[in-house]
Amino acid sequence: MEKFVSEQPAIVVSSVSKSYTTGKTVVKALDNISFEVERGSLFGLIGPDGAGKTTLFRILTSLLLFDKGQAMVDGFDVIADYKTIRKRIGYMPGRFSLYTDLTVQENLQFFASIFETTIEENYDLIKAIYAQIEPFKDRRAGKLSGGMKQKLALSCALIHRPSVLFLDEPTTGVDAVSRKEFWDMLKTLKQEGITILVSTPYMDEANLCDKVALIQAGTILGINTPENITEQFPKTIYRVRNDNMHALLQEAKQWAFTEQVYPFGEYHHVVIRHGVAEPVFPAEVEAGKIHPGIEDVFIDLMRDHEQ
Amino acid sequence: MKQFYHFIIKEFYHIFRDRKTLLILLGMPMAQIVIFGFALSNEVKNAHITIVNQSNGAASMKLVQKIESSKYFETYNQTTQTSDIEKMFRKGTIKVALVIPPDFDKTILAQNSSRLQIISDATDPNVATTLTAYLSIIVADFQKELNQPNSIPYTINVETRMMYNPQLKGAYNFVPGVMAMVLLLVCTLMTSLTVVREKELGNMEILLASPVNPLIIILAKAVPYLLLSIINIITILLLSYFVLEVPINGSLALLFAVSILFILVSLALGLLISSVTDTQKAAMFISLIVMLLPTVMFSGFIFPIENMPLPLRVISNIIPAKWYFIIVKSVMIKGLGFSLIWKEVLILTGMMLFFFTMAIKKFKIRLS
Repeated sequence: MEKFVSEQPAIVVSSVSKSYTTGKTVVKALDNISFEVERGSLFGLIGPDGAGKTTLFRILTSLLLFDKGQAMVDGFDVIADYKTIRKRIGYMPGRFSLYTDLTVQENLQFFASIFETTIEENYDLIKAIYAQIEPFKDRRAGKLSGGMKQKLALSCALIHRPSVLFLDEPTTGVDAVSRKEFWDMLKTLKQEGITILVSTPYMDEANLCDKVALIQAGTILGINTPENITEQFPKTIYRVRNDNMHALLQEAKQWAFTEQVYPFGEYHHVVIRHGVAEPVFPAEVEAGKIHPGIEDVFIDLMRDHEQ
Repeated sequence: MKQFYHFIIKEFYHIFRDRKTLLILLGMPMAQIVIFGFALSNEVKNAHITIVNQSNGAASMKLVQKIESSKYFETYNQTTQTSDIEKMFRKGTIKVALVIPPDFDKTILAQNSSRLQIISDATDPNVATTLTAYLSIIVADFQKELNQPNSIPYTINVETRMMYNPQLKGAYNFVPGVMAMVLLLVCTLMTSLTVVREKELGNMEILLASPVNPLIIILAKAVPYLLLSIINIITILLLSYFVLEVPINGSLALLFAVSILFILVSLALGLLISSVTDTQKAAMFISLIVMLLPTVMFSGFIFPIENMPLPLRVISNIIPAKWYFIIVKSVMIKGLGFSLIWKEVLILTGMMLFFFTMAIKKFKIRLS
């Protein structure tokens, strides 16, 4: 298949809005969303459940109409040119959507045939992934473990060598080892020139993307590289700890220099109010300055957004 | 074409791996033929009768013997008291009673005229009518025998002939009905469920995001059920021919051709239902309540359409099974050829095309 070297971004979303009507209430799933994904890059959509990630995926895979705006994938309009788009994309929905009563091999064979290709033709692309589940190729897909299911689903989504790959929460419900393996595979695919849009509720996975968009309640809070997102974060964060974490959380809220405090693993993170140079913590509190992570940025952006 | 082939293979995997459903699909026609053939028969055989013979003469004894030897009746609880009859009716031990009055033998010889009384339990009007008619025939027969030695100047001999079904077997009527019902269940219900299941399980989401043509998705779903239904027709015909002794008077090829046409109508209907529903529950509800019930009611196989009020007779015209039922009866029982059923065939063809076009038109190329 031809390689696309055009300058045009792989995905262009401009001012897309989409609302659902359930009964009499109108729910805004996406509110004026705009972003671009460069060709051959790994773009992450980070956000909690219900942020609108799946809706966005369905719009970009031509499965859902939207109210306003325009969306282009691989240079084609997702509504007008939906037939062309469906030939060029690979899509792995958030829910395991292969046939559970078909074996691993039969599933792959079937998806190869509906994309009018064969397993052999693109075997080199999926080899690294498929080789891991090939020993179980006669096992029914429904009997695979979560990690193996995801590998099979990825193989099926890749079998026709798509130019853009959409992965909706591919690592949700998958163990830590399989998650890491999965992301390693995505890096390999990127080297093949495939543009990947991936969504995840896990903040730690954001660091593995070229660029991330933080999405919350149907709006994008910020788009940048993971490094820039944390580096450009203008606020100082300290982590604090003592013997009574619950009381500490209440206490920290009262400190003069505290802008915001929230539990974070074994520590509480305290965002320092603007203008405070060196906060002085009570003696019994163990405190230390840290580099903000994506999660800290996200929590801060969310708070700003809500206000 | 290769796409289509792999799609069909996939559908067969689904069907063959769901052993229980497959067993039901193939076993259902057999069960229905057996149930309708032996259990739900509306033919009257060995009905319990009480003969209250108060006369006990030569003639009356002869009549009693004649009734006892008939296969339709079985005498039960002989009595000479007419007052016992109502008790027996109340207990439900008898269906019909014949009262021979004390002066029967005397009057029949002396005055050339006599009287009998038939009392029947009309809680089931059909059975009561049938039994009364049977008894009257036996009495008339008996009268004829009595008259033989001395002929009467004027007699009218009515000769009745039951065309196509001389033994008045119920099977002649219900075999075509069961065929219509089974085909509708297998084709309409199962196809609508199998398509909607893919929507429910999310498989459709990937299929829609692929370049595969909706026509292929729809047709591939129908092909395996077409084959299963042909197997079912063969089972039904074999069982009805060899077990229920229903003859196939017309052309077997024609019977098969029209059955396949009806299968296609049912499949198209199933696909249409699947195109407009999103859950298996809804598809099942529509298939069973909206399709199966009218089929049983309006096809004419249980309730005669001729007896229905005009609005219902008009409604019955949109039920595909009605036309199939007419065709199968004509071809299988009456042995008619195509020239006499072309109108019904044309109607079914029209319905098939309509349902199929609608199914494709209504097929959603996107989610929701």
